[in-house]
Amino acid sequence: MALTHMRYYVRRIAQSAFTMLSGLFLTYALYRIIPGSPLQNIIADIVERQRQSGGQIDSEQIARIAETMTGINPDEPIIVGFFDYVAGIVLQGDFGTSILYQRPVFDILFSAMPWSIFLSVYGLMLGITMTLLFGVLMAWHEGSVLDKGGTVTILLVQSIPYYVVAIVMLSFLAFQWGLFPSGGRAPRAATPGFNLEFMIGILYHASLPILSTFLVGFGAGAIGMRANTVSIVGSDYLRSARLRGVSTNRILTRYLTRNAILPLYTGFVIGIGALFSSNVITEQIFAYQGAGWFLFEAATNTDYPLVMGSFIFFGGVTVMGILIADLTYGLIDPRAESGSTRESF
Amino acid sequence: MSNKEPKRDGGVTQESIFGSGDESERSRSSPAQRLRRSYNFYLKTPFAVAWSDWRTRIGGIGILFYILMGTVGVLITPEARLNEGDYFVQPFVNMQYPLGTDHLGRDILSLAVHSTPAMLKMALAGLIFAVGLAIIFGMIAGYKGGMLDNLMMTVADVFIVLPGLPLIIVLSAIFTPRDAFIVGAILSISAWPRLARELRSQVLALRSEDFVEASRAMGISTPTIVGQELVPKVAPYMLIRGAGAAVGVIRNSVALYFLGILPFSSENWGVMLNQAYGQANAVQTPSRTYLMILPLVLLSGMLFSAILFSQGLDRVFNPRLRARNSEGSREEDGGDGGAGAI
Repeated sequence: MALTHMRYYVRRIAQSAFTMLSGLFLTYALYRIIPGSPLQNIIADIVERQRQSGGQIDSEQIARIAETMTGINPDEPIIVGFFDYVAGIVLQGDFGTSILYQRPVFDILFSAMPWSIFLSVYGLMLGITMTLLFGVLMAWHEGSVLDKGGTVTILLVQSIPYYVVAIVMLSFLAFQWGLFPSGGRAPRAATPGFNLEFMIGILYHASLPILSTFLVGFGAGAIGMRANTVSIVGSDYLRSARLRGVSTNRILTRYLTRNAILPLYTGFVIGIGALFSSNVITEQIFAYQGAGWFLFEAATNTDYPLVMGSFIFFGGVTVMGILIADLTYGLIDPRAESGSTRESF
Repeated sequence: MSNKEPKRDGGVTQESIFGSGDESERSRSSPAQRLRRSYNFYLKTPFAVAWSDWRTRIGGIGILFYILMGTVGVLITPEARLNEGDYFVQPFVNMQYPLGTDHLGRDILSLAVHSTPAMLKMALAGLIFAVGLAIIFGMIAGYKGGMLDNLMMTVADVFIVLPGLPLIIVLSAIFTPRDAFIVGAILSISAWPRLARELRSQVLALRSEDFVEASRAMGISTPTIVGQELVPKVAPYMLIRGAGAAVGVIRNSVALYFLGILPFSSENWGVMLNQAYGQANAVQTPSRTYLMILPLVLLSGMLFSAILFSQGLDRVFNPRLRARNSEGSREEDGGDGGAGAI
């Protein structure tokens, strides 16, 4: 038993590593193959400049210049280049140097990451709490005004995109009424560190981005939560609990919510990845310099090493989310079986 | 049902073993009858079923409104021109420009109307692309199983793992797509693998059903089984989820146009937002907020209609939910028509 479990874990982890690598390779190859890709643009630029200055066009020299500019040797086959890139990351922790900022990619992302995680974790926490609360309450009072009103509210929240809310909040709350800062991560005056002014400043600056991130996580989940809860409300063990005189609070928390969460658990964990992705837009709107902000700047400025680096970060978060969801689901719901015994035809 | 009955001779026929007898009845009826039956089956019943739910009703009307705006509306509204009016005319001031003009003196209402076709094209491309790929991958992987299943699901997994929005941003930066259809297709790249996985698990449940096993035992070829037995069973589900994919495509495309990462090839609401934000400073200037309101309202309305419609369809087609809360959805047609076929 333990052995098959071990084998399953090892297989899942290997699978995740493989998917991550394939995704990375895809991005890497796209950048190299596609005509008009950043690399080819840079090479064409160098060739053009050399021709204008009347010098000999030396392909080896061009390759060298391109390599110092982008960290990629264009004469190398894609597979070899990719292998070098991955080996650099794994063996030396070398993600390359950003063309735009002239700083190591790892340093840029490492200092930006905590800010993104800060936004996402708070957004996710708020989102999950509200999802559970709304879902269970609506199901408990099925068919009541609360249920119908809640459904309509959730529908509206779902159909207004989070960035629209972000823009409207920025326009009114920040610019017109001046209640919140219009951008940035922390007040300029405060000294970074473990002091009250800085910490409150951070929360203050993050409040609008967190609110709009929260909207990403809320909505779709609550309807699903309601549906799960409704199906459990009618079950026998709940009725017998009520007959035994178990208090309503205990029924709601121990009997109902716990079981209704099960099908949503995977979604919550995977949702972290989606939240991080949505941060690319949120951070841009609020000029909040997290990992998403840097990815966006890198993509628009064809800063190739930084794009790849951010991609590893975002892909890594998503892969880890899915992996954790898969590996821990068996602990949360023992009924779940792993592996398949289907015949092939 | 009763008027069709007398044609039977009372003996036990083949169809009572294998089905409701619809097949052979159909072959015996006149063309007019057949036409009426297929009209009932494919148009009237689904429509009546859809109309019975308030979500599909309101969502459907909303979608129809946007389609009309994108087709008829474009014809009856003159195209916006530069400097056709004064700059920054406030809404409801000059009735020639009912919703005001922008920083280039263009009529906002006609800009918004002429943006609709591009939005619809993107949504349609996203729906077709996502559903198409999901059907190819999910159906084949789920039905065939074995190595092929593993292989195809690995491919899907790779795409699930790729972070959606960052990938789209990177792709748009590389490709700089100009055509609305191509934009839609690129944006749906994060939607199809999840759809394919869901479809696969549905097919997994279906493939071990008796009727599929019977078809296989009778030696019917795999493409026929998949095409004629399985696809109709999952089609409504695909439609619902496809609408969800279209919603995602619209949402992301407007965001990316707003942030200016997609090249401005045609007018659309995201471009309007971008210009209001970047060139007219609408976010910072209270008196220019009106520039952003119309595209934002139109966008939210379109998403609202699509979400409402797909949720309503879900309710209509999902037998478990249907049994709970509707009586009126079952139609004549032997109690086996329309939604009953799912």
